[in-house]
This record gives sequence, structure tokens and C-alpha cells, in this order.
Amino acid sequence: MVEMHPEMQFSDLGQQQEIARLGIWVFLATEILFFGGPLLLYTVYRGAYAQGFAAAARHTDILIGTANTFILLTSSFLVAWATEAIKKDDGRLTALLFGAAVFLGLVFLGLKGMEYSNEYHEQLIPGFGFAFAEAERNAALLFFTFYFITTILHAIHLMIGIVLLIVIARHAAKGRYGAGYNAPVFVSALYWHFIDLVWIVLFALIYLPGRSGP
Amino acid sequence: MNAHAPVNYLTTDYRLSSWFTTTDHKRIAILYFATITLFFFIGGMAATIIRLELATPAGDLVTSDVYNRLFTIHGIVMVWLFLVPSIPTTLGNFLVPLMIGARDLAFPKLNLLSWYLFVAGGACVLYALFVGGLDTGWTFYTPFSSTYSKGNVFVAVLGIFIAGLSSILTGLNFIVTIHRLRAPGLTWFRLPLFIWAIYATAIILVLATPVLAMTLLLMTLEREFGVPIFDPARGGDPLLFQHLFWFYSHPAVYIMILPGMGVVSELIPCFSRKPIFGYKFVAWSAISIAIVGFLVWGHHMFVSGQSVFAGVVFSLMSYLVAVPSAIKVFNWTATLHGGWIKLDSPMLYALGFIGLFTIGGLSGLFLACLAYDVYVTDTYFVVAHFHYIMVGATVTAYFGGLHFWWPKITGRLYPEYWARAAAIVIFFGFNLTFFPQFILGVLGMPRRYHVYPAEFQVWNVLSSGGAFVLAIGYLMPLIYLSWSIFWGKRASANPWAATGLEWQTLSPPPKYNFAVTPTVVREPYCYTPEALPQNG
Repeated sequence: MVEMHPEMQFSDLGQQQEIARLGIWVFLATEILFFGGPLLLYTVYRGAYAQGFAAAARHTDILIGTANTFILLTSSFLVAWATEAIKKDDGRLTALLFGAAVFLGLVFLGLKGMEYSNEYHEQLIPGFGFAFAEAERNAALLFFTFYFITTILHAIHLMIGIVLLIVIARHAAKGRYGAGYNAPVFVSALYWHFIDLVWIVLFALIYLPGRSGP
Repeated sequence: MNAHAPVNYLTTDYRLSSWFTTTDHKRIAILYFATITLFFFIGGMAATIIRLELATPAGDLVTSDVYNRLFTIHGIVMVWLFLVPSIPTTLGNFLVPLMIGARDLAFPKLNLLSWYLFVAGGACVLYALFVGGLDTGWTFYTPFSSTYSKGNVFVAVLGIFIAGLSSILTGLNFIVTIHRLRAPGLTWFRLPLFIWAIYATAIILVLATPVLAMTLLLMTLEREFGVPIFDPARGGDPLLFQHLFWFYSHPAVYIMILPGMGVVSELIPCFSRKPIFGYKFVAWSAISIAIVGFLVWGHHMFVSGQSVFAGVVFSLMSYLVAVPSAIKVFNWTATLHGGWIKLDSPMLYALGFIGLFTIGGLSGLFLACLAYDVYVTDTYFVVAHFHYIMVGATVTAYFGGLHFWWPKITGRLYPEYWARAAAIVIFFGFNLTFFPQFILGVLGMPRRYHVYPAEFQVWNVLSSGGAFVLAIGYLMPLIYLSWSIFWGKRASANPWAATGLEWQTLSPPPKYNFAVTPTVVREPYCYTPEALPQNG
């Protein structure tokens, strides 16, 4: 392992590590509030237009949605494994697992792109020739606005996560981290899990309404 | 420069590039000082034209459209580019590591990034305000902002979004630093109250700002892509915009006032030569203001059409904010009682703060009262109230803190006579400007109009005259403080004989703050009457 020195404001690497962990948790708190706005809108509008939201949600592609959920959950598992691997000083395995997670992230984005493309052809994108049965048009418009805003924001986060994992994986492969100092691995893993968690919530809100019952 | 002076953070490197690549929290604080001072005078100039226009009942100086732009410039620049960053990014950046005995903030590079983001955001906002213009008011209410306004909404919102990101990162930096980088022995209840205030502020910055960012993003998406989000014509609800906006913007008031309270909590004990009265109450009241502040946003919406039940609940919650605020005022006053009070310029600002904050706070109770608020909504009563808090209190505290820590920051003493004169001019100028506005509001003059009935003129003339005095008061420190940087007497390490770790190091401090990490063994504010300050 390459020798690491703490940055000048810290007394030792242990302190630097603790600080990185606290920093990412505070950052994630900010992120939760960031996504809170659209979730509030969704809640209010779904309450107001329950039928319209159900009708609109039935037009989403549950197959791709479910596959993507599975893919992202798997990537999260790999990332969690990586944080264990680095504690055993295995930088190569860490890099490999991060690389696999990056691959899954790219697959997710590819599938998401296909889904968007299908939705474009089905005229489901608000502002781009949106067409829907007249009775539920307004509600569907609100639903798909929410859908596109949140999934695009999620995709942007995912892209940032992918870049982050690639950078950290390269460092890990070079042996920069180990049992003693592994905060960057932990921090990027936590960010990745957050992206995954946001998706789990979005999945339930976007793909599941209107799928069961009458 | 004195050849014998030890190398300090200002003299380690004279190249300009060393300033723009610095990660030293003290230098970054100076960068912020320069930036927000610029914004303060831009916002101030807009206010000057507004007050000139309002000196006569007719709309004779500017057109309605220009007037709309002026109060928008004034509001946006003052709120987001001056008041929100004011004390935290300058005094906070400079003092947090010094007060807790650290070498720097937890994330120095992030700190520099915050400044660059702030400058980028500010540049976007200025571009939008001066090229294309903006007439939405600082509140951006939909559907006007999203549908009808012809102004440059997108760029302005982009700027505020970026500046918001800067705020969040600053808040994050402070929270982590205060948690993890305190010197040995510096327990939570030995922290200076300024640190408690900055900590409470940082929590609000981190939890409220993202909501503003998202809200403005949604509004501008509606505007640019025609998607319905808040559009009532297509099933949306414009009230949701107001809820989300005030969910940030009410706590933002506490982002502005809490650091001011923190400054005053430092000044009062020092110039009374007494420990602060009820330390724990003052500390916890900062935290409780931050928490309760999240639950009162609906009092901005009493006449918006939200349910009466919501109005009643928000009204009650708003009264609750008065409790921790009053605890602070009473504790400061109790600290004064029996103290050896020395009326140096920082103390004059601190006493001015207490007076102005009390008036602002008490008029806030009028507005928290549902029935009375309906009567004065959107009148000058509201304008006067929030200026008493945001200008009367916050800016006064900012100046008080600036004078108190000026010797530490620059290593120079300013002319005390002029500093006292400025404090008094500002106090009188401020009251003359804004007290008549309470009366105007009760008489029924609405805000945001530049033409008004002739019977309101006398109060408006008083107010405009006061604004002139206030402008002189604000220009005075600019002159004598700038003068002192070059020709002021050199300051000792501790010219006020103050407690606090920041006074134990040199003035100005060396690059890494402390030669040896200090160990804290005592409570804060161990002031005694015997050790009176030595300077004149």
C-alpha cells in the first residue's frame, strides 16, 4: 500500500477518515431535501388526481423499470462488497467490483434511454407533442412531468456516481487505499447507495400505481 | 511593512494568483469580504433610487417597469448575494477555525470552490438583472414568473441555484468542522456562542437551501418547456410554489439573523466584562430557533387561500419563535446588568442591534397574529418589520463584528472616534428610514408601488431623508476601515482583552493559526472587571 499522509488541517488519517464520513452524510441530508420538493408535488397531485395518475402510470414500461431496479440493486450489492474488500487490503478486488458496478450503471442508463425513446414515440413527453386521452390529460401531463424531472435528475446523479466510482477504482487498483485508510471508497459507496435508494422510491411511485385492483 | 513583523497569512505570498488559489480560510474570508461588499453597494444603489422615487407621490423619476426591476434587483442582490452569505462566509470563515483552535476548516478546497460558485452565481444574477432585466420581485411567485414575466428569469434562477450550492457547501463545511476539529478540551458547552449560532445557521443552510434550488428549478422548467407544474390552467397548484418557496425562505431569515445573534453574544460579555448570563439558554435558543423556524413558513401565506386551520397552526407556531428570541434578548440585557460597560464602537453596534432587533421582533408578533396580518399584508408595515430584522439587526451586528475582529483580521486599529460616529449615524439613519414605514403600513400604503396618494408623502419624505443619513453611515466605515489598512496603528494580539482562542494567536494570525494546538481548560467568557482593555 502506498503511504498516505493526512492533509494539513487534520492530526492523523483516522481523523481525516471520520471527517470524510461525516461530510458525506451531511451531503446526503441535503440531497434528500433536494428530492423532497418533487416528492411533495407528487403526493399532492396524486391525492388530487388519483385516477389520472393511475391511468398515466399504466403507460410506463414496467418491464424495463423492474429490470433497472434489479440492475441497480445488484450494483449496490457489488459496491457494498467492495467496501468490505478494501478493509481486507484487497485494492484489486475493490477496483474490480467498482468496475462491475459502473458497468451495471451504464446498462441502467442504456435501458433508461431506450425507455425514453419509446416514450417519445408514444407521445408521452410533456412539451414534445404530448398526447393523452382527453379525460385524464391534465393529470397525465403532471404525472409525466414528475416522471421526467425526477428520472432525469436521478440519471444525472447516476452519471456523477459512475465518474466517481471510476476515479476511486483507479486509485484503489494502484493500492492507495487499504484497511487503514479507505474513506474515499466508503464515501463513494454511500453516494452510490443513495442513488439506488432514490430509484427504489421512484420505482414505487412511477411504475406501480394503477397496476393492481380495479 | 515592518521588517520585524512575523510572517502572517497576509504576508506569506504577495502574488495575486496566490489569492485566487488559496485554501486558507482567512484569505477566503477576505475574498468573500470584497465580493459581498460589492453586492452590498449594488443592492444599496437600487434602494437609493427607490427612495428617491418615493420622495414624491407621482411616478416622476422612473417608469413602472423600471421601478419593478429596481425592487427586484434590490431584493435578490441583498438577500442572496449579501445577507445570506454576509456573516457566515466572512466572519464565519475567518473565525470558526480560530475560535475552535483548528488549523483550517475540514474541507479547505471545498471552501475555495464555494467562493468560486458564489462568484459565478452572482455574475449570472447580475447579468440577468442588467441584461434583459427582471421584474418578478425576489419571491418569483408563479404564475407571473413562469408564464407572464418578460424578464430574464432563467439566468437569474440559474445564478441563485449556483449561489445556493455554494451556501450548502459552506454549511456542510462548518457542520463537519465544528463536530470534528475542536481543540482538546473544547467541549460543546465551552464553545463560543458565535460557534453555536454558526452551527445552527449551517444546519438551516444544508436542509433548506436544496428545497429552494429545486423549487426554482421546477418553476423555470415550467417557464422554458411549458410543462405544467404550478400552472392552475392545467391542473397545477400555484400555492405549492409558495409553500416550497417559503419552506426555504422563512428559515433563510434565520440564516440571516442567527449569525448576527452570535456576534452580539460575543460583544456583550466582552464590553460588559462579565460572563454571559445563561450560557446554555443562549446556546440552545439558537438551535431551537433553527428548528422552530422550519415550521412557520405558512405565515407568509395567510391571505393566499391556504386553509384557515393551516393559518391558525402557522400563527401559533410563529408566536413560538418569539420565545427563544426573547430568551436571547433578556440574557444579553441581564449580562449588561451590573457590568463594567465600555462603550467602544463594537459595543455601540451591539446595543444598537438589541434595540433594533427588539422593535423588529415585537412587530413580528403583530404579523404572526392572523387577524392583524390580514390587515397589513403587503403593506409597508411588513417592509419595515423585515428591514428591522434583516438590516437593522443583521447588518448592524455584521458591522459590530467587523469592528470587533478588524484588528485580528488586518492587524490594524481603526480611528475609534469615527467608528463611534458611524455607529450612531447608522442607528439614527436606520430608524428615520424605517420607523415611518410602520406608520405608512398601518395607514395602508401597499409595498411595490411607486405612485401613492399625496397624504402619504410626509412619511415617505422622512423615510427618504433617513435613507440619505443611513447611506452616509454605511459609507463612513468603508472609508475609515480602508484607511486603517494602510495607516492604522498596529494592533496587539488582543486589543480588547477578550477571551476566546482567536485572541491568543497573533494579529493577523499566522498561516496555520496556532503555533501549538491550544488546549482549553475553562468555560468561555471568563471576563473580570479587573482586566480592562488597554487600547484607546
